[in-house]
Amino acid sequence: MSGDMATFFSVSVIFAVLMICAALYCILATRNLIRILIGMELMTKSVTLLLAVGGYISGQMAVAQTYIITLIVLEVVVIAIAAGIVIGSFRHNNDMDAGRMNNLKG
Amino acid sequence: MAVLLILVPLAAVLFLNLPLQKIMCRLAFWIGLILCLVQTLLVIQLPAAAWNEPCPVARYLLRFAPAVDNLALVMFLAIAIVVFVSLLVARSTISDCGKLFNFTNLVMLAMAGMNGLVIANDLFSLYVFMEVAAVASFILIAFNREKDAFEGTFKYIVMSAVATAMILSAIGLMMTVTGSMSFNALAKVMHTDGGNPVILLSVALLLGGFFIKCGLIPFHGWVPDAYSSAPSATSVLLAGIVTKTTGVYALIRIVTMMNLYSTPVQTLILVVASLSIVVAAFAALGQSDFKRMLAYSSISQVGYIILGLGVGTELAIAGAVFHLFNHAIFKSLLFVNAATIEKQSGTRNMDTLGGVSDRMPVTGFTSVIAFLSTAGIPPLSGFWSKLVIIVAAWKAGFHWYALIAILASLLTLAYFLSMQRRVFFGKLASGLEDLKEGNPWVIIPACLLAAITIGLGLCIPWLLGSFLLPVRDIL
Amino acid sequence: MTYDFNTMNVVLLGMFLAAGVWTVMTSHLLKSAIGLAVTSIMLTLLLFHLKATLAGVFELSVCAGLITVIFISAISLTKPVAETEARKMKMKRLQRFIFLPVLLFIAGWLLSSRMIHLTNPAHTVADAAATVQQALWSGRRFDLVGQILIILAGVFGIVVLFKTKDSVDGDKKQ
Repeated sequence: MSGDMATFFSVSVIFAVLMICAALYCILATRNLIRILIGMELMTKSVTLLLAVGGYISGQMAVAQTYIITLIVLEVVVIAIAAGIVIGSFRHNNDMDAGRMNNLKG
Repeated sequence: MAVLLILVPLAAVLFLNLPLQKIMCRLAFWIGLILCLVQTLLVIQLPAAAWNEPCPVARYLLRFAPAVDNLALVMFLAIAIVVFVSLLVARSTISDCGKLFNFTNLVMLAMAGMNGLVIANDLFSLYVFMEVAAVASFILIAFNREKDAFEGTFKYIVMSAVATAMILSAIGLMMTVTGSMSFNALAKVMHTDGGNPVILLSVALLLGGFFIKCGLIPFHGWVPDAYSSAPSATSVLLAGIVTKTTGVYALIRIVTMMNLYSTPVQTLILVVASLSIVVAAFAALGQSDFKRMLAYSSISQVGYIILGLGVGTELAIAGAVFHLFNHAIFKSLLFVNAATIEKQSGTRNMDTLGGVSDRMPVTGFTSVIAFLSTAGIPPLSGFWSKLVIIVAAWKAGFHWYALIAILASLLTLAYFLSMQRRVFFGKLASGLEDLKEGNPWVIIPACLLAAITIGLGLCIPWLLGSFLLPVRDIL
Repeated sequence: MTYDFNTMNVVLLGMFLAAGVWTVMTSHLLKSAIGLAVTSIMLTLLLFHLKATLAGVFELSVCAGLITVIFISAISLTKPVAETEARKMKMKRLQRFIFLPVLLFIAGWLLSSRMIHLTNPAHTVADAAATVQQALWSGRRFDLVGQILIILAGVFGIVVLFKTKDSVDGDKKQ
């Protein structure tokens, strides 16, 4: 029983880590601002997975679900504000190039 | 009782948004100021024990037992003072009543978030309120919808999201080992199970996430852009208290409450802190934008605070907390002066400014006070807090780190002297002939903060007891 | 914990990762947003499999619904690149992103050979809340205050970022 749980944990953690790697790669290698937001969302999904796995293993599924629900509410607001920033920046630059976002140097 | 500090700003925001447009506009600013004054008075009057008594109404609404000790009181005081100053600066730089109304509401929400972070006794609640303060500051940075501000906000959002992901992954991993996220349960787990690789990984992730929020090297990418491109009142808020509360205070809370002092963790904190102190000081030397230089100076001073935290002895943490409070005061003062100069002369470029002190004597004088305090010159408050940190590091055996801290103080003095000479002293630069002193709304906070800096520095023998004793409680 | 649980788990996790990688690698922005919704659906299936039903429903309705709407409206409010430009960018993009599956394979292989094993998982606490509703309302009411604060902050944010002077009615005070 414990061995099964340990395998489940390891496998889930590996997949979550791979997803985080993919999301970080997306954020670093893209030239489009909206894709950076998509990368942020993917990171949130893998973190949600980790929280769910944590809740399942420790038996505290109810508490983990409250964490996930709170996290989802917070993330929606952050993404909405970030989308607003991206749209505002587009109205200034007329361009979605992430390279433009490197003007402030030093 | 402590939860009132969150519920009252929330109630104020809800009240201010009732559809009575005409009077609410004017009223918002004064309500914001009154809330800050009330918070200051309450902190000074009531001891920590009184804060933990449950208030009957709030107890009915919220089943929550706050964990207020004297460290939290220091933070409440700092939050109240900096928000007060920020509102005054906003009044002078934002002329439109509707925009001031939005600003005040957002600042009150940020204040509620930071108060909540201070009284959280649970790692996840700490994260929730940290996110509240962060979202409020995103919006405040982009407040004037300028091009640079959007860039600064966007960088801050992305790095904050990475920090959030790291902190939450740590919470998820720790949940597999312990069911509860309260600090007591986590301390127990660290005590019994410290060597577990899952716990080690989650501690590393947690520290990494909070280092990003503090703005330490090498996670400092967002700090110069966000601080310099934000509107003046927001820079005061951001540099003065938001980074301190959401990053530094949270780190202090976690490291002390969860008792994370194992050798690799301690070495990591000390190395990152010293790196921040030195690299940021060098970077500040080469800046020509006034606010950008102040941003790098902030990173360097936060490095001092984290150095005190890393040493870990009672004296060191007391020094760190004291330096945190001092930094909130003198950094806010510097940013207030930057706001005045930017508003009056229209530029932040130090190369084109010069001789400002002739026309703006108050700003020049308070700026001298602030930078002497930052560099650690007696008898100002910054000297005492840096002295405590360095002495504590020396006594604990970390001789090299203490030496680095002393040498970096000289660097701090160097770049600030250069700034002062370029901007304030010397001949009046061309184009600045009709420069006037700032309006009273900025002069009052500048004088207030300078008075606090001088007062704390002079009265420290009496106050030393009340700053050291609280730290004994939390260790 | 039967054998079925673990294989189903691995299958769902694999589909989740595949949807995520497709979201990252696809070149068309709208397809990426749809891919995000598909990833949300996979995550919802995973959550249902782990018996986190309420969280799964929340994830489905909010992330696969509301956030996709936010993304699609953001994409439509910002103009797409011209056709010839798009083709050039697609080739350059493919060069950059082709490393991702390779990287993931290597990372996956490295990680699985040095797996972190959970030595002693937590014991079930005796007073675990029975249902999510109870846990949320009685255990974590403090977080609810945080959620209210952040929703208010979000509302103000949208007002600050989007409201222009033309859309304000009523007189302005000086």
